[in-house]
Amino acid sequence: MTYLNSIGAYFIMIKDMFRKPTKWSVMKILIFKDIDDLIIGSLGIVAFISFFVGGVVTIQTALNMTSPLFPKYLVGFATRQSIILEFAPTFISIIMAGKVGSFITSSIGTMRVTEQIDALEVMGINAINYLVFPKFIALMLYPFVISIAMFLGIIGGMVACIYGGYSTIDDYIIGIQLDFIPFHITYAFIKTFVFAFVIATIPSYHGYFMQGGALEVGKASTTAFVWTSVAIILLNYILTQLLLS
Amino acid sequence: MIEVKNIHKSFGDAHILKGISTTFEKGKTSLVIGQSGSGKTVFLKCLLGLFEPEEGTISYDGKIYSELGSNEKRDLRSEMGMVFQGSALFDSMTILENVMFPLRMFTKQSKSEMQDRADFVLKRVNLEDAHNKMPSEASGGMQKRVAIARAIVNKPKYLFCDEPNSGLDPKTAIVIDNLIHEITEEYNMTTIINTHDMNSVMQIGEKIVFLKDGLKAWEGTKETIFKTDNEVVTDFVYSSELFKKVRQMYIEERN
Repeated sequence: MTYLNSIGAYFIMIKDMFRKPTKWSVMKILIFKDIDDLIIGSLGIVAFISFFVGGVVTIQTALNMTSPLFPKYLVGFATRQSIILEFAPTFISIIMAGKVGSFITSSIGTMRVTEQIDALEVMGINAINYLVFPKFIALMLYPFVISIAMFLGIIGGMVACIYGGYSTIDDYIIGIQLDFIPFHITYAFIKTFVFAFVIATIPSYHGYFMQGGALEVGKASTTAFVWTSVAIILLNYILTQLLLS
Repeated sequence: MIEVKNIHKSFGDAHILKGISTTFEKGKTSLVIGQSGSGKTVFLKCLLGLFEPEEGTISYDGKIYSELGSNEKRDLRSEMGMVFQGSALFDSMTILENVMFPLRMFTKQSKSEMQDRADFVLKRVNLEDAHNKMPSEASGGMQKRVAIARAIVNKPKYLFCDEPNSGLDPKTAIVIDNLIHEITEEYNMTTIINTHDMNSVMQIGEKIVFLKDGLKAWEGTKETIFKTDNEVVTDFVYSSELFKKVRQMYIEERN
C-alpha cells in the first residue's frame, strides 16, 4: 500500500511539474544553473570512466578470443557493440544516478529541512515546477554526455588495443565499422532520454517529499539512488525487448 | 484584518485545532503563544493557507480563503510575508538576491528598481553592508533580519513570523522584536507572531492569543496577561524563575 501511495505521489508530482509555470526570466537562470551543475559538472567523471572502461572492454574481449579462427577486427566490433548498446547508455546512467541523483535529492532535501520549500509555497510559487522542471530540462541534454561517453569509450578501446598489442589500428577501425546498424544509435538515445527523465524525477521525488533532519537527507539520497537504479535496470530490459527483439 | 471563525484541523486521528475563533487587527502586532504541541504552528500554517481547515473559515479583509479561486489564492499569497523559525533563506543566493526574490517573481520592475527597493529594505533592517554575503556567512541575527527584509520587500498586507527569536541572544531578540513591531506600524500590516518567548510578549504583545491543546484558552494584551487569574495562562507565564521572581516582587510591592 505504501508503495502504491508513493507511486501515485510520484506521478502527481510529475503532473504538478508542468502546472503554474515559474516566470520565464527566473526559470531561464535556473535551467542554465542546472545545466552547469548536472551536465557540465558530470563531463569529467564520465570522460574518465568511459575512456578506461572502453579500454578494459577491449582487453577482455581480446583475451577471450584466443582461437586463431577469430579475425582480429572482431575486437573492435565487440567493443563498439558493447559500448553503444549497453555501456554508454546504461552503465553511465547508473553512475549518473549516483552522482547527479544524490546531488538532486540532497539539494532539494536540504531545502525541505531548512524550510526553503515552505518559503516558496508561502509566496504562492509552485515549488515543484520551480525545483524539478529546470532539472528535467537540463537533463534533456544528457544524450550529449552519452555521445561523449560512446566516443571516448571507443577511443579508449583503440588505445588499449594498440598499446596492448591485441590488434592493429587498421583492424580495430575495420571492426568498429563492421555491420554498423544506425538503429542501434537510435535505440541507445531513446534509452538515454528515458533514463534522463528517471534521473531527473525519482531523486527529486525523494528530496521533495522527505521528512526529518540532516540524517534523513542522507537516507533519502541512498534510497533515491537505489530506486533510480532499479527503474533504470527495469526500463532497460523493457526497452530492449520492445526495440530490439 | 484577519478573522478566524471556529477552525478545526486534524491529521488522521489527531485533532490538533478544536475550534479556534479570534481576530487579528491591522497595524497591530498579535502574538500566538502556548506550549510546544499546543497547535501554534498548525494554526499559523492554516492562516498561511498551507493547511486547509476541515471546519470553519479564515477571512482576510473580508475575503474568505476557502471560497477563493486558485488565482485569487495565489494573489492573496503574494500579499503575505513570512519569517520562518530558521529564516529559510535560499542558500544558493546572496543576501541581496534573497531580498530581491519576491520582486523578481511577482513584479515587472526593472533590475534597477528591484535593486533600489532591496537596498531600501536592507537599510531599514540595518544591513546595508551585507548585500553580497551568502546566508551561510551571516550570523543568526543577521539571517533573521534578512528574512524580515525579504518578507516586507513586496509591501505585504499580512506578516507572519514563526518563533522569530529562537536561537538568538536576549539583546538581539529585542532588536528583532522591535523591528517587527516598528515595521508593522510603518506598513500598517496585520502581523501575527508565533512564540513562547515571554520577553516578546512583554515587549510587543498588543494582542495575545493563548493556545492550549488546540483550543483558545485565553486572549488579551501584554498589560492584562500579568493580571489574569486564568491558571493555565499563569502556569505558562510564570514557568521561568525570572518571571516567578518578578511576580513575587510585584505582589510584595502591591502589598
